Amino acid sequence: MLILCIETSCDETAAAVVGNGSEILSNIVASQIDVHARFGGVVPEIASRKHLESISQVIEAALREAKVSYDDLDGVAVTRGPGLIGALLVGLSVGKGIACARKLPLIGLHHIEGHILAPLLETDLSFPYLALAVSGGHTHLYRVDGIGSYRTIGRTLDDAAGEAFDKVAKMLGLGYPGGAVIDRLATEGDPEAFVFPRPMLHKKGLDFSFSGIKTAVMYAIRSLEKVDEKSTRDIAASFQAAVVEVLTRKTVRAAMEQGLERIVVAGGVACNRGLRQRFAELAASEGLQIVFPSPALCADNAAMLGVAANAYLEHGRHDGWRLNAVANWSLDQLEPLGGFDPLAGEG
Amino acid sequence: MGKTLGSLLEPGDAVLLQGDLGAGKTCFSQGVARGLGVPEDEAVTSPTYTLLNLHQGRAPLLHADLYRLGDTEELEDIGFDDYQDGHHVLLIEWVDRFPELFEEGLWTVIDYGHEENTRNFTFEARGSKALSLLTRLRQALATEGERR
Repeated sequence: MLILCIETSCDETAAAVVGNGSEILSNIVASQIDVHARFGGVVPEIASRKHLESISQVIEAALREAKVSYDDLDGVAVTRGPGLIGALLVGLSVGKGIACARKLPLIGLHHIEGHILAPLLETDLSFPYLALAVSGGHTHLYRVDGIGSYRTIGRTLDDAAGEAFDKVAKMLGLGYPGGAVIDRLATEGDPEAFVFPRPMLHKKGLDFSFSGIKTAVMYAIRSLEKVDEKSTRDIAASFQAAVVEVLTRKTVRAAMEQGLERIVVAGGVACNRGLRQRFAELAASEGLQIVFPSPALCADNAAMLGVAANAYLEHGRHDGWRLNAVANWSLDQLEPLGGFDPLAGEG
Repeated sequence: MGKTLGSLLEPGDAVLLQGDLGAGKTCFSQGVARGLGVPEDEAVTSPTYTLLNLHQGRAPLLHADLYRLGDTEELEDIGFDDYQDGHHVLLIEWVDRFPELFEEGLWTVIDYGHEENTRNFTFEARGSKALSLLTRLRQALATEGERR
């Protein structure tokens, strides 16, 4: 089954063609193909949000790269939420148009469902597992019992981890995207030079908070007479150590509490090398299987929608023409797909 | 402070927040949302990445953040105008990125205090609706002060 997938929920305009829920024939993100060229390699924080200007080109590029035509498609999948209504509606409307014109089934999907199922495009992974979705807009822990069967067990109460990375980078006068710069500097700095709080680490429950750590970094910067290169590296390393410790320890604790042996770490921050390294160490010491999608599938993309889309369409589940975008939508509200996986619902 | 302000808000009010990174705009916003009656179990998170978050309290609350916006046209692109309808309470962080966009509202500046973990608040009312809100806030804070 060949599915055209479209994602426009936030900054990226993206389209992909995925075969049988596992084979990525193409995976196009707008900022990769034109914004780099237009702005000479410097990606402004916002420029890629012009979905309407790039959606047609992105879809055409996805079909071209996959070497398929509209005639070859078996279905269309679009992100219907959560996100900005105006942004979501661009992808949703185009998806509806294509599905209607080509008489194809249309399925509307949850953006985070895409992220936490993304590793299934690359690895065999059986349910149930724990998923940490960590990006600029999310820091959530989910129990994943099968396709469509998700339960939120922890979440940030204020800032997402990725947002803290970007804002601390800004405080240090570093470039954008902040996460990548801090990750690089952290390898050269002393992670114990500054002691930053580990918010919520010793509290019961699995929620996160990353807002206060920004304030702590600000006080550290103010305590210095001059922020030179060494102190910048040390602050970056100490900050990253604090965030990584909270994310990894809470995630492992969540897996233990839920009796899960497999963990998926997804979303843009899953590219962070410090985070990957610490998780790898914990996987070895705690006997856990920890899976990261490859970098192209960590950041926002459309191919990640292919896993759930394929499963739903195979089971005859699709949406009608009145499908609408939803700004606020909890993963817990999704309907489980009965009988897709023998392990679904276990535990 | 946020909670007290939130409890006084009426549809159409605008709270315009300004303050450095880490000063506590989102923390203050959480208080405002609770004061406006947004349920405790509903997370009020930073809108920096999402740009706009909607909550339902006594009045619908639009919690927006201009931090990532490149120009004012983008505010239109994300549908911001739809919420300037007199029904929504507007709570906007990083308003100093585009101050010219907001003629009326309660300008709220949060500064780091001299001592660690203290903050100074500066309020400025622009327009009659904001002036009435600021008057109510002053009374409420005075009453709270007396109670202590």
